[in-house]
Amino acid sequence: MQAAGLSKVVPLNETSANGTPGADELVILQDISLKVMPGEAVAIVGASGSGKSTLLGLLAGLDTPSSGQVRLDGADLFGLDEDGRAALRARLLGFVFQSFQLLPALNALENVMLPLELAGEAAAANRAAKMLERVGLAERLRHYPKTLSGGEQQRVALARAFVTQPKLLLADEPTGNLDAATGAGVIDLMFELNAERGTTLLLVTHDEAIASRCGRKIRLAGGRIDGEA
Amino acid sequence: MLRLALRMLLRDWRAGELRVLALALVLAVGGVASVAFFADRVRQALTREAHQVLGADMLMTADHAWAPEFRDEIVRRGLQRAESMNFVSMVRAGNETLLAAVKAVTPGYPLRGRLRIAPGLNLPDADTDAVPPRGTVWLDERMMAALKVRPGDAIELGRARFRAGAVLTLEPDRGVSFMNFAPRLMMQLDDLPATRLVQPGSRISYQLLAAGEREGIRQLEQWTRARLGRGERVDSLDNARPEVRAGLDRAQSFLGLTAMLAVVLSAVAIALGTRRYTQRHLDGYAVMRCLGAAQSQLFALFAWEFLLLALAASFAGCALGFVVQNLVAWWLAALIPGTLPPPGPAPVLQGAATGLVLLLGFALPPLLQLKEVPALRVIRRDVGPPRQAALAVYIVGLAAVFGLLLWQAGELKLASYVFGGFAAAFGIFAAIGYGALQLIGRLGRTGSISWRYGLANLLRRPRANAVQIVAIAVGLTAVLLLTLIRGDLLDAWRGRLPPDAPDRFLVNIQPEQRQTLAEFLERNGVKRLQTFPMVRARLVAINGKPVGAEDYSDERARRQIEREFNLTYLSELPSENKITEGAWFGPEDLEHGAVSVEHWIAERFGIRPGDALEFLSAGRSFSAPVTSVRKLDWDSMRPNFFFITTPALLEDFPASYVASFRAPAGDALLTLRLSQAFPNLTVIDVSVILRQVQMVMDQLIGAVQLVFLFALGAGVLVLYAALLATQDERTHEAAVMRALGASRAQVLAAQRAEFAVLGAIAGLLGSLGATAIGWTLATRVFQLDFIWNGWIWLAGPALGLACIVLNAWAGARAALSRPPMAALREVI
Repeated sequence: MQAAGLSKVVPLNETSANGTPGADELVILQDISLKVMPGEAVAIVGASGSGKSTLLGLLAGLDTPSSGQVRLDGADLFGLDEDGRAALRARLLGFVFQSFQLLPALNALENVMLPLELAGEAAAANRAAKMLERVGLAERLRHYPKTLSGGEQQRVALARAFVTQPKLLLADEPTGNLDAATGAGVIDLMFELNAERGTTLLLVTHDEAIASRCGRKIRLAGGRIDGEA
Repeated sequence: MLRLALRMLLRDWRAGELRVLALALVLAVGGVASVAFFADRVRQALTREAHQVLGADMLMTADHAWAPEFRDEIVRRGLQRAESMNFVSMVRAGNETLLAAVKAVTPGYPLRGRLRIAPGLNLPDADTDAVPPRGTVWLDERMMAALKVRPGDAIELGRARFRAGAVLTLEPDRGVSFMNFAPRLMMQLDDLPATRLVQPGSRISYQLLAAGEREGIRQLEQWTRARLGRGERVDSLDNARPEVRAGLDRAQSFLGLTAMLAVVLSAVAIALGTRRYTQRHLDGYAVMRCLGAAQSQLFALFAWEFLLLALAASFAGCALGFVVQNLVAWWLAALIPGTLPPPGPAPVLQGAATGLVLLLGFALPPLLQLKEVPALRVIRRDVGPPRQAALAVYIVGLAAVFGLLLWQAGELKLASYVFGGFAAAFGIFAAIGYGALQLIGRLGRTGSISWRYGLANLLRRPRANAVQIVAIAVGLTAVLLLTLIRGDLLDAWRGRLPPDAPDRFLVNIQPEQRQTLAEFLERNGVKRLQTFPMVRARLVAINGKPVGAEDYSDERARRQIEREFNLTYLSELPSENKITEGAWFGPEDLEHGAVSVEHWIAERFGIRPGDALEFLSAGRSFSAPVTSVRKLDWDSMRPNFFFITTPALLEDFPASYVASFRAPAGDALLTLRLSQAFPNLTVIDVSVILRQVQMVMDQLIGAVQLVFLFALGAGVLVLYAALLATQDERTHEAAVMRALGASRAQVLAAQRAEFAVLGAIAGLLGSLGATAIGWTLATRVFQLDFIWNGWIWLAGPALGLACIVLNAWAGARAALSRPPMAALREVI
């Protein structure tokens, strides 16, 4: 198994858990099998409802599949309990969300400090401030999310994702809530940070232009891998 | 973890996430602590007030001179001491002679309370700290009148001559006792030897009075009781002015109830506050899970944050409570003799425990629920914590509230009334609110688009709206209860002493005098004098078993059983008496003879209906079965009797009669004429005491109102929290409407329509609730007449509309002042 890679060796299936399985059972993901190598940048594209976000949730261990396996850095994700997966996330993963998911009661600096604080880091404030400086928000440390523009909020989210130096960054439609120009700026920044740190990137998007900036593009349709380029 | 929790607490506080919670806690703790602080101090003060009736904190009485060791012990312990000697003797002035109750006192008497004197008959009186100077005696009004003396005239007592000084109008320790029938002469103790009235065998009662700080008195009492000899006794607060104490007890009930109200209301505010808090933190929780925090870690984080919040708020609440109780104490300064003892640490603990129990009771279940939030929520908004029935979530909180109520009330009945009242109000409010929403939502299908949209909104989320109606109605109930109804309750309490409450008691009326006395009083404006026969008898056996002091451990019981009781006989139950056990005399009882016993006495001597009592009066004994136990109304100011028998049983025994009446206003000389016309009568004037009772009430009411502010604040807070609860949703909705092209005016109109209906329903329910609770409190708890208040039915809906419109205005403004996108983005 690769040193810092994500591997998917057993076909992954996800069915809707609504009601009893039977005639109405809806297959969301079927027989997905993919392997991501360290340092790779992979885009997952597809139309709405193709199962992109579900797949991302499974790969991050936020959800459990009906059947299948996800191995992360050699560890069997679903062989762990929820707290075990959380610990793994803390060690390996960074997240960027479509709706930013900054905590409204915390200012920019505190939002970036949060993962460090949760991990018991002593120099959290220092590292968070440096990271915010890196994403161009040195002047905005004390601002609350609601006083920041969408682009600024997503940069804070990027700073929060990278501050723990994750091996794998999971990004879910990071520009979905942003206009084109702002979105492009955020994507540029994300790729820059990714390159600087040699992070493995897994990006969910429906934007072909952004997807084509990744080394690898996986297309989902109807819950199956429809093609890879 | 603790440091992180502290940091999170500070951040949440700064962001305004915790204000409602913290404020609710501070008010609850402040209310409880101030009442606890104050109740403790006032209880001591009330005890001291009652001590006025003894003229001391401790009264030692003996039928012989006290040994020097007792007198020295008082001084040795650093306490104040005074002495008095009481006896009955003939007094002469000119040609008039009269049997007087003589009281010889040392300077300093009384140690508690004050004497009042007037320079002459029917002149205004005033407090004095002095006792009669050497060579001078003070006489009460009756004595002055009967002896026909004026200040300055000569008086002979025994072998000594004195000068009549002032008119003694009030002795605090004289009380409303039927036994003080002879008129009073007061003199200084050092003048007594000159009279040569103190001879071996003279019937004299020797009294030692002591006063000082509580612990010293307690120890002195212990020390003394261990050394009491024959004919010596220690008096504490036995039977001291029950009518005053009934008023004071009621004041404490009011205070306790107010604190309870603050607790319940704060609990509602806390429940609403934690609900909002957890809802707003669902996302944050999911994000933190995403960032790799373990469940146990997050639970600990939030639990610590709440614990710290509870501690901080409790501290602030206790500080506030301390300040307020000082204000209350200052308010009552005139009422409380001397300085109040400093409050102890117990109220702080009580306050802090209240804060912790309330917050954890209401916050822990939602926090535990937070644990169930799936991390997946960060990408899929639709997943949340599993829904649970509201009752399941709040059951811990409700139990906590009931526990606190029970603790505060100290009795199950009152706590159950308050808790049950609120629970019933919640249920009824929810049912009526939900029904009204359905009805209005269906009927209101006409009118402008905004109006229709607003009403449709009511139906779109009937449950959430019903919850809001309940919360607002509860808040309004409290506010109305504490403003309009409170005034009415206090008025009822003030009016407790009816304007025609008797203020004169007549004792020692001879049977043949009844008719002439009634006619005399009728001529002087007193209608329908009611007299009661009085037969003095000792209780000698219960169920054939002889009883004596040695059968009882209770000091009061021991003393009472050795004395004669005043019995009366009646065929009708006096109107202020209530039967609590058994039944009043039936025809059979009237024929065979039966006894009705006062509830207190029954408890003290273990008497139950069906027991046979044997009495001894004037050397003759009689017995009868107990058929009922009665409760007396000590406020009635009418003669009350521990034992009432059927007429047949006592008619043959020698009896005197007692009566009470109200002196017509403006006739200051009636008492005087009465004692001249019927010299053998003892006239007891309690008008001064009545005035005192009134004054005590007024001051207590003032103090109670201060504490009301806590409950009022909590009520307003509930309103605020209830309105805040749906603000996020409404802001979002307004943004959506704006985004869909609605004008500002349309958005406002739609919200106004919705809120107007909500406010009117909540307001009416609030009026209903306040009236119902007011009625229950008045008639069931305080035994007052409930005064209906028509204004409340206007004030409730008006207030409901006002605060909701205000909120709508503020909320809509917040929603409309920003571009719809910003609002949408924030609450997506």
